[in-house]
Amino acid sequence: MTQAPEVIRVRGLAKRFVLRKDNSLKERIVGFGRVGRRHREDFWALRDIDLSVRAGETVGLIGHNGSGKSTLLKLIGGVLDPSRGTVEHRGRIGALIELGAGFHQDLTGRENVYLNAALLGLSKKETDARFDEIVNFADVGDFIDTQVKFYSSGMFVRLAFAVAVNTDPDILLVDEVLAVGDESFQRKCLEKINELRSENVAVIIVSHNLGIIQELCDRTVLLDHGHLLHEGDPREGIRRFREVLATQPRDSMADGGAIRHVEVCGADEQPKESFAPGEDVIVRVSLDGIGAFPKWSCSVGIADTQGRTVFATSTYQLAGEEWIDATGDLLDVVFRFEAPALSDGRYFVSSSIYASYPPNQPVSQAHQAASFEVVSDERTLGPLRVPTTVRIDPTT
Amino acid sequence: MPFRGRRNGGPTESSVGAIGQVAEIVRHRHALSLLIRRDLKARYKDSALGFLWTLARPLTQLAVYVVVIGHFLGAARGIPDFAIYVYTGIAAYTLFSDIITGGTGSIIGNAGLVKKVSVPRELYPIASVGGALFNYSIQLVILILATVVFGAFPTSWDLLYAIPGILLIVVYGTALALLLSALTVFLRDVSYIVEVVLLLLIWLSPIVYSWSMVRDAVSPLAGGPILMEVYNANPLTLGVLALQKAIWVNGQGAEYPSDLLLRIGISLVVGLILLAVGHWVFRRLQGNFAQEL
Repeated sequence: MTQAPEVIRVRGLAKRFVLRKDNSLKERIVGFGRVGRRHREDFWALRDIDLSVRAGETVGLIGHNGSGKSTLLKLIGGVLDPSRGTVEHRGRIGALIELGAGFHQDLTGRENVYLNAALLGLSKKETDARFDEIVNFADVGDFIDTQVKFYSSGMFVRLAFAVAVNTDPDILLVDEVLAVGDESFQRKCLEKINELRSENVAVIIVSHNLGIIQELCDRTVLLDHGHLLHEGDPREGIRRFREVLATQPRDSMADGGAIRHVEVCGADEQPKESFAPGEDVIVRVSLDGIGAFPKWSCSVGIADTQGRTVFATSTYQLAGEEWIDATGDLLDVVFRFEAPALSDGRYFVSSSIYASYPPNQPVSQAHQAASFEVVSDERTLGPLRVPTTVRIDPTT
Repeated sequence: MPFRGRRNGGPTESSVGAIGQVAEIVRHRHALSLLIRRDLKARYKDSALGFLWTLARPLTQLAVYVVVIGHFLGAARGIPDFAIYVYTGIAAYTLFSDIITGGTGSIIGNAGLVKKVSVPRELYPIASVGGALFNYSIQLVILILATVVFGAFPTSWDLLYAIPGILLIVVYGTALALLLSALTVFLRDVSYIVEVVLLLLIWLSPIVYSWSMVRDAVSPLAGGPILMEVYNANPLTLGVLALQKAIWVNGQGAEYPSDLLLRIGISLVVGLILLAVGHWVFRRLQGNFAQEL
């Protein structure tokens, strides 16, 4: 893939926002000159970003909220202008930034499709040729001639996505879009993105859903406070991202008591990444400084790639008050999930420590601190694995 | 395929400048026509009478002016076919005010698109111009029908005055629409200022009174000739006068400023310069649109 042509080239890119606190004429006139300066504040959303994306590559942008992911995407999409440096691209961009924002509520789905496609650079003839495909993909049926204000949010998103991916983009920018819509549509989107990738479309995805990032991307770009922290292998990128999250200041931990480490192990208590369906999963939560709390409990939650908690439990729920006053600075809490009924896919483990009793506000949290996957050849939807048989009865 | 890009906070596609940007707008003409249609459709969607509502306001204005100012106050006495005279002016004023009101709010109104799609942003104010021209064409049809009813259908070569008249209004309107649409993004007060100024503008042009009434009132004053020149320099005044000369045939005896065509020509040149300036300002400011909206 290294031979593919470069389609996005970002050099020394920086973006400064000026935060103004006055926005009316009166405030400006009153605050003109010296006073006006005080109302201005510079904020660098991005600094010194170099990036190159080739045709057919899928790149994930990750980082915490406010790290500059969406700003970078908007700069690439040409919606914002850089303060320094250059952003260049080749070919047609299909942007899914703020999905459906370009739809006019009072127009019908059909009118919106034509308008959006035209803005993305398609002629009427080209749109005509793709129209059926778009409507089929969006699965809105007869609603296509209804004003979009009457659409369900799902239909709205589906139609917007369908337009963007069916306009023959050379570059597709996707911002946190896959979080919307039901699961079957998400799957359809992911399949479409995979299909576009095989057609040599460069895809850039912003998502907080690390599962999707890991599943789709060839490469991740990790941003932290506007700086490019890591670029390369998604596994490494996601690992570094977890480190960044872990080093974020946590006020609630001021009084000690942190989750040092969360590890997923197999039945032999050795670290393990990939599980067969029905295999025992052991989660080991290593704690540091828990002695500071007279009473505490530890919870563990397992979430799927869409961030839905599939299962959660805690020492409090499992053992009541038995261990709430266990002491010792370094402790491991080991949960053993026996034959979890999880279906194919990647799962993320989060853990929290509670110092109050009964537990309410966590004093320490490790969000998506570890992950594992369940590999099977069963093709079902949903996180639950249910052994199923089916038969067909003739009705008389 | 060549790389296209932006750098250093300059205007979008800075390397190609104004001419390139105009070519870019022409390339997006299909999108432009759909934007115009969208604006027109969306405005009267769900209303039973639809487009007929575009006529409600000017026709009401017409009725009020003809009855109150024309007959109660007696302005109609020196002006034959007063209704046609007034309507010619009102339609021209409505075109100008539609372009400017629509244009001023166009970037804010299309915030969703501005933040999402990378097309020349000039499309949005220009779409307002297109919408206003469409509404004007409906009014022209009504106006022409009225001339037929009054038996005053324009047949003379003076009809050609309509072309520079409309052109003048469109050029100034577009220049101001570009300028104001960009300024409004940064200073929301602009739209309120525009509203007030437009309200004033209808009285600053010979729409409900005749040009000669102004001349007769102003000329005896000290500095009258200069005031008159200022009054005549108003592009809306010149546009309205040209359209009256074209359409209001029973006013052949009416007086117009000397060298009307020359004045229009000069005004048009100034307007084109203003258009270039407006576009330049627009291009300077548009880089920050998405973050200000």
